[in-house]
Amino acid sequence: MSTIKDIILSYRDKPGGIIEAYHAVQKEYNYLPEETIATAASTFGVSEAQAYGVATFYSYLSVEQRGKYIIRMCESAPCHVAGAEALIKAFEAALGIMAGETTADGKFTLELTECVGQCQATPVITINNVPYLNMSPEQVPAVLALCK
Amino acid sequence: MITLTINGKEVQTPKGSTILEACQQAGIPIPTLCYDPDLRLAGSCRMCLVEIKGRPLYAASCVAPAENGIVVETESPGIVAARKVILELLSARHNFNCQVCEKNGNCKLQDYCYQYGVKESRFNYGEPTNYPINDPNPFFERDYNKCIMCTRCVRACEDISIVRAISVENRGHHAKISTAFDGNLTDSPCVFCGQCVMVCPTGALTSKVSAGLGRSYEVDKVLTTCSYCGTGCTLELNVKDDRVVGVTSNRTDTGSPVNKGALCVKGRFGWDFINSPERLTTPLIKENGEFRKASWDEALDLVAKRLGEIKTEFGADSMAVFTSARVTNEENYIAQKFTRAVLGTNNVDHCARL
Amino acid sequence: MIEEKRIVLRNADLIDPEKIEDYLLAGGYQGLEKARSMSSPDLIAEIKKSNLRGRGGAAFNCGLKWSFAPADAPVSYVVCNFDEGEPGTYKDRIIVQKDPQSLLEGMAICGHAVNSKQGYIYCRGEYPYVVDLLNRAIDQARGKGVLGDFDIEVRMGGGAYVCGEETALIESIEGHRGEPRIKPPFPGVAGLWAQPTVVNNVETFTNLPSIVLNGAEWFAAIGAPNYPGTKVLTLTGDVTNRVSIEVPTTATLREVIYDFGGGIKEGKKFKAVQVGGTSGGFIPESLLDTPIDFDSMRGIGATLGTGAVFVMDETRDIVDITTRIAKFFEHESCGKCNPCREGTFRAYEIMKKINQGQASVQDIENLTILSQVMEKACLCGLGQAAPSPILTTLKHFYPEYQARLQLN
Ligand SMILES: Cc1cc2nc3c(=O)[nH]c(=O)nc-3n(C[C@H](O)[C@H](O)[C@H](O)COP(=O)(O)O)c2cc1C
Ligand code: SF4
Ligand code: SF4
Ligand code: SF4
Ligand code: SF4
Ligand code: FES
Ligand code: FES
Repeated sequence: MSTIKDIILSYRDKPGGIIEAYHAVQKEYNYLPEETIATAASTFGVSEAQAYGVATFYSYLSVEQRGKYIIRMCESAPCHVAGAEALIKAFEAALGIMAGETTADGKFTLELTECVGQCQATPVITINNVPYLNMSPEQVPAVLALCK
Repeated sequence: MITLTINGKEVQTPKGSTILEACQQAGIPIPTLCYDPDLRLAGSCRMCLVEIKGRPLYAASCVAPAENGIVVETESPGIVAARKVILELLSARHNFNCQVCEKNGNCKLQDYCYQYGVKESRFNYGEPTNYPINDPNPFFERDYNKCIMCTRCVRACEDISIVRAISVENRGHHAKISTAFDGNLTDSPCVFCGQCVMVCPTGALTSKVSAGLGRSYEVDKVLTTCSYCGTGCTLELNVKDDRVVGVTSNRTDTGSPVNKGALCVKGRFGWDFINSPERLTTPLIKENGEFRKASWDEALDLVAKRLGEIKTEFGADSMAVFTSARVTNEENYIAQKFTRAVLGTNNVDHCARL
Repeated sequence: MIEEKRIVLRNADLIDPEKIEDYLLAGGYQGLEKARSMSSPDLIAEIKKSNLRGRGGAAFNCGLKWSFAPADAPVSYVVCNFDEGEPGTYKDRIIVQKDPQSLLEGMAICGHAVNSKQGYIYCRGEYPYVVDLLNRAIDQARGKGVLGDFDIEVRMGGGAYVCGEETALIESIEGHRGEPRIKPPFPGVAGLWAQPTVVNNVETFTNLPSIVLNGAEWFAAIGAPNYPGTKVLTLTGDVTNRVSIEVPTTATLREVIYDFGGGIKEGKKFKAVQVGGTSGGFIPESLLDTPIDFDSMRGIGATLGTGAVFVMDETRDIVDITTRIAKFFEHESCGKCNPCREGTFRAYEIMKKINQGQASVQDIENLTILSQVMEKACLCGLGQAAPSPILTTLKHFYPEYQARLQLN
């Protein structure tokens, strides 16, 4: 694993590259560990308060520790009418956590999201950004089993 | 010049002016919350909305350019209704306790609610705002249950103080003024200059040092020069019953030509020594290891006599004078003149050289 | 029956999107070549004449927008808005996944018109796999030298719908919180890093190669005269075929839903359609014969928006769906301006109360006045459009609200 500092420094020459750097840190660590903020602030010439403000603005960035598999469940209107609510409940029941939480073993985080742009096949979830289409509560165990 | 019509009156204003500036020049009052002439414009509170004939959207007058020929209404029924809704939305997240609030009588939210007759909000749906009030710094209180998110504090910290201790975290209704990781100011780069307190239009940021000592309408404001350093900032002593109970800023060019109201932590919050019982009020002379009170004449005579004796016995270069940034340039000049011309030595230095 | 017409999707499923050679064989980059043989003012005039209007929602004349950028600026930028945040919309993803080079060519044409050497594609964070595809496409285009001295960089969004608003998008590329700027200045004058910047939607750019190649008259003659060309629509909800199609802008909603969408699923009856994404208005059966072009849609108090077509059958609960939409705006408000930051939050709370059957007529009145103020008072299009689903459902489906009210 590259260090957070190395990852951030590799974006140093990209003007405004702080969000790209955050994405890159998250790709390795699944969230933005605390030192990310100060390192990014000094690298991109913004204050720590501003760097934190940016990190907390975007819903795909997280300053809280998250699991190895981040399951995002779309609840925008097209997925909503296609049964997103039942699907969300099924995931919550299967993992024993509520949306917004992480399992005790650190394996799964459940998140709610707005439309992920796959509305031809609602309802949709993504696991670590890979979309799973036309989901139904019955498919939940099989999908979870794919996450080793 | 630009010619436009405001409330049926033809108004002229220089090119490049905003509608708000045109209104101010014409003596037409416009309510503003996020606007501050010394800060980068935000255009975000939407209190200053006006109606421009023929345009579907209301315009925020603090950022909308005055254009030739436009017809502006500043208090049309639609505008008044919009301002009321905005005030009610702010009220719905506001912890009103004006009776004990330091800002009572000097609060823009209170003033505008009064002006527009907003007694209660139609939008008290859902949970009220409930942020903890626990910043342990000794200088000012941060109560975000009274914050209207105008971001004047952030802009003042960024653009006047250039400290950037605070910014906005989260988004939407959950957006809040915060340091990195929403911590205490003491753990941030904050220097407690209080520029944020100076610009805050509500009771979200108020001095802890002045708390409970007097209402803004009970105090006399006495302009004076700060005695802490040679910069010479102007400040306003808030005086109640012959006691200093606070320091505020005069933000005009004429009233406060050096600093336009900006101060440092000492000037803004370090004034409670004035009423301290430990403060020296007469010269003291030490006799047999004990201080006793003396008159100025007696003390100065003693100093003159002893300096003369030392000079005769050990020579002028046995003495040195060290002056302070807490006195003015003129006083520093006199001190070095005294050192060279009266004492006869070049041993003179100043704390600002440290 | 109206037929599909492909301009933007002309190469879809006919070429391999991973191979620039396929695109070149299909006539790719000939539009750019022709554009480069024209002077910048002539090119802008040609696009203006084609009456191509922005496909990102606001339908501003594309050539006119370009003409606002000062011709002599030493540095200027071309920015592609690929944020595609409107729920129910996936057309830009389809366009890029099927034919990425077309977007690059369109951006390079714009670069020639406004004398810019640098383009940015702001792609939503939900599409990392499309970012990878685009980066490969850019590499290939650089390798072939087809872009000349114009270069393109892809930046990824972070899950913020408001970043589709062009000035918030610019803030985001600059690495800031995605809060919309006050206008003026408009991006054409002072945009990215305070330089002149043209922001256009993916679909707008991908129309350009064909327009340049075939001429303004050719394009202006297709579809509705006021909003010529085609529109890529994405069908979602209770239609039989949940597909994306490209149709001339004279197509009516009924044709779209019944001829292309195959009608309502499972033989049920139609109840409502929301066009343009989640910020669009709800449209009842009685207005289905309206053509989809921007002005016709506006004429019925709706919007073409992104071209998302979200169909609801007779069993759907309008109040529940509108409540869900209110949550979307509460979640996506950037929080900069008062009426939207507080208004979207309270509107969602009121909708929840109605949805739970606990509201009175007074609550609906409060919601209505709040919505009316937000439409006119908010700083950006997010807050201005957020009340539209509420106001249009109150207008067309009031009995559903009424059935939920507490009788007092
Ligand atoms: C809240 C909001 C979200 C928007 N989202 C998008 C978007 O995802 N994609 C887009 O092209 N335009 C979006 N727009 C419109 C853009 O601000 C802008 O008008 C457009 O990118 C201009 O391109 P065009 O002229 O080619 O349509 C959005 C506007 C608002 C107010
Ligand atoms: S006291 Fe000064 S440094 Fe501290 S937050 Fe306020 S303005 Fe910034
Ligand atoms: S603390 Fe005061 S100045 Fe800062 S945003 Fe809140 S109300 Fe405005
Ligand atoms: S901030 Fe203003 S409105 Fe709020 S409690 Fe204090 S005086 Fe009253
Ligand atoms: S309308 Fe909403 S999204 Fe737009 S600036 Fe205001 S708070 Fe932000
Ligand atoms: S609405 Fe769920 S993916 Fe678009
Ligand atoms: S004073 Fe104009 S928007 Fe706040």
